[in-house]
Amino acid sequence: MTKYVIIGGSAGGIGAVEAIREEDTKGTITVISEEKVPQYSRPMISEYVSKEATLDNMKYRDDQFWKKNNVKVLNGITAKKIDFTTKQVEIDNGDKIDYDKLLIATGGKPFVPRMEGVEKKGVFTFTELSSAEDIESSVGQSKNAIVIGGGLIGVSVSEALVKREINVTLVELKDNILNLILDKTASEIAENVIANNGVTIITGKTVQRIIGRKDDPTKVGGVIMTDNEEIPCELVIVAIGVIPRTELVKDTPLKTNRGIVVDRFMRTNIPDIFACGDVAEAYDFLIDKNRLLPLWPLAYLGGRVAGFNMTGKKIEYEGGTIMSSLKYFDLPIVAVGYINPQNMSGYDELVELKPEKTIYKKILLKNNVIVGFIFLGEIEKAGILFRLLKNHVDISEIKDNLLSEDFGIVTLPQNVRQEMFVVN
Amino acid sequence: MKRVSIKEEACIGCGLCQVYCTIEHSKSKDPIKAYLKEYPKPVSRVRIETNKPNSISIRCQHCKDTPCVAACLTGAMTKDKETGQVTHDKEKCIGCWTCVMVCPYGAVKPDSSGKIIAKCDLCPDREIPACVANCPNEALICEEVEQ
Repeated sequence: MTKYVIIGGSAGGIGAVEAIREEDTKGTITVISEEKVPQYSRPMISEYVSKEATLDNMKYRDDQFWKKNNVKVLNGITAKKIDFTTKQVEIDNGDKIDYDKLLIATGGKPFVPRMEGVEKKGVFTFTELSSAEDIESSVGQSKNAIVIGGGLIGVSVSEALVKREINVTLVELKDNILNLILDKTASEIAENVIANNGVTIITGKTVQRIIGRKDDPTKVGGVIMTDNEEIPCELVIVAIGVIPRTELVKDTPLKTNRGIVVDRFMRTNIPDIFACGDVAEAYDFLIDKNRLLPLWPLAYLGGRVAGFNMTGKKIEYEGGTIMSSLKYFDLPIVAVGYINPQNMSGYDELVELKPEKTIYKKILLKNNVIVGFIFLGEIEKAGILFRLLKNHVDISEIKDNLLSEDFGIVTLPQNVRQEMFVVN
Repeated sequence: MKRVSIKEEACIGCGLCQVYCTIEHSKSKDPIKAYLKEYPKPVSRVRIETNKPNSISIRCQHCKDTPCVAACLTGAMTKDKETGQVTHDKEKCIGCWTCVMVCPYGAVKPDSSGKIIAKCDLCPDREIPACVANCPNEALICEEVEQ
């Protein structure tokens, strides 16, 4: 009987449990999780703050999930050390748990820069339920919030807080928000929509330090910007990014780069130890290299692949790439792959812009292969393009059609179309 | 597993599958009310695509390998182990569009409210899905395929 141990009970851990149980119903599975209820959907914490979701409908898997899969869950427990020779995980109460196969799915943690005032009450991050609960408990006494960082998390939390009638100022150091996933045009359209819904957006500068309240310097009273402007606020949300939680394997023979390095089977360099999700550097099918891709769907998929391989069923991870679907203030956007080349030589670009309908589409091509695209406002056929990008399909035959109204499965090259309608 | 397949050569692109799908998924099941009076407007989960002289009618294929289920952020999209059907829990869906991004058929789309997705549910109230039952040229077949 195999002893499976999984550190982390979120998307990656859950994917692994499901895969293991498809192949091995007898082995024991232990999940070590710092969370009280591990199986909630982290992307939904903004819905929790905006009161569009309750704790109950945030559950990614139902309450019976662990029991149904015969998993022993150690809640509220932190894994402290892995002993590679005795094959044991030491947890915070000193107990040691034996493993035959181990998955490290510890995820990421918010990056908080060293900044004066960052320790004050009222400064939060936004990646897990506890941070959302902390924000929730402060929303009642707050009128103004500063969100530092105009990426996915920053915009999510801004939307949630505006829906709670907080005055939100979103601060982005670069010239445009969402600049890692959108191009300038798409970003500007999104900025307009977000600003029209009440978020004040400041770009090109950031917060230099956080200052305290006059009557209580331990609490947030405002921020000083890099140009010395002072903005009063009671809440500061730091949403600059996430970094892999590799501390468990720091200074060990387990190979890390920025994250834990894994192969296409989600194996680390140490036998019987696997990693997936935000803590891992896994395969990107677009650049044909490993990289950090802290995205929920990829954590789940990587977890599944790890789970299968832990049982001995050899399954290759097909990989992921930068892929985002957004819905801020009901503006649908799908953005995949490479969007902003430094110079256009070697690239071809197809563009459609209908500002009056809030529609923008752009496809970036290299050697007649799609390397990135943005669909904004109209996204129904985005998945068809995603498949062409992922499979590196030569689109020279249909290039003129890609952005036309008629584009669809019917306009794909015959061979591509045919393989789609065999039972898959 | 039940699914709807298409005989490309028999499809004449008439679009009736879209019409009947829309009506089937309306509250009133009445064509006039469905198209003109209901809000949110019922949407067709079928899409007719035309590239003359070819046309095809596209909907969820209830794939064996389910990118939409794997990508779902909330656990709303699931594949039923017994029936093989890919189903979608409206209560759990937050309209994040991750499934839309990864569906190779473009067969999952935002519904008219823009808050959740709509996709083929194989017409749970019918023996034969509405699109298949009403295809005038028998281009659509509801078949049992191996999972």
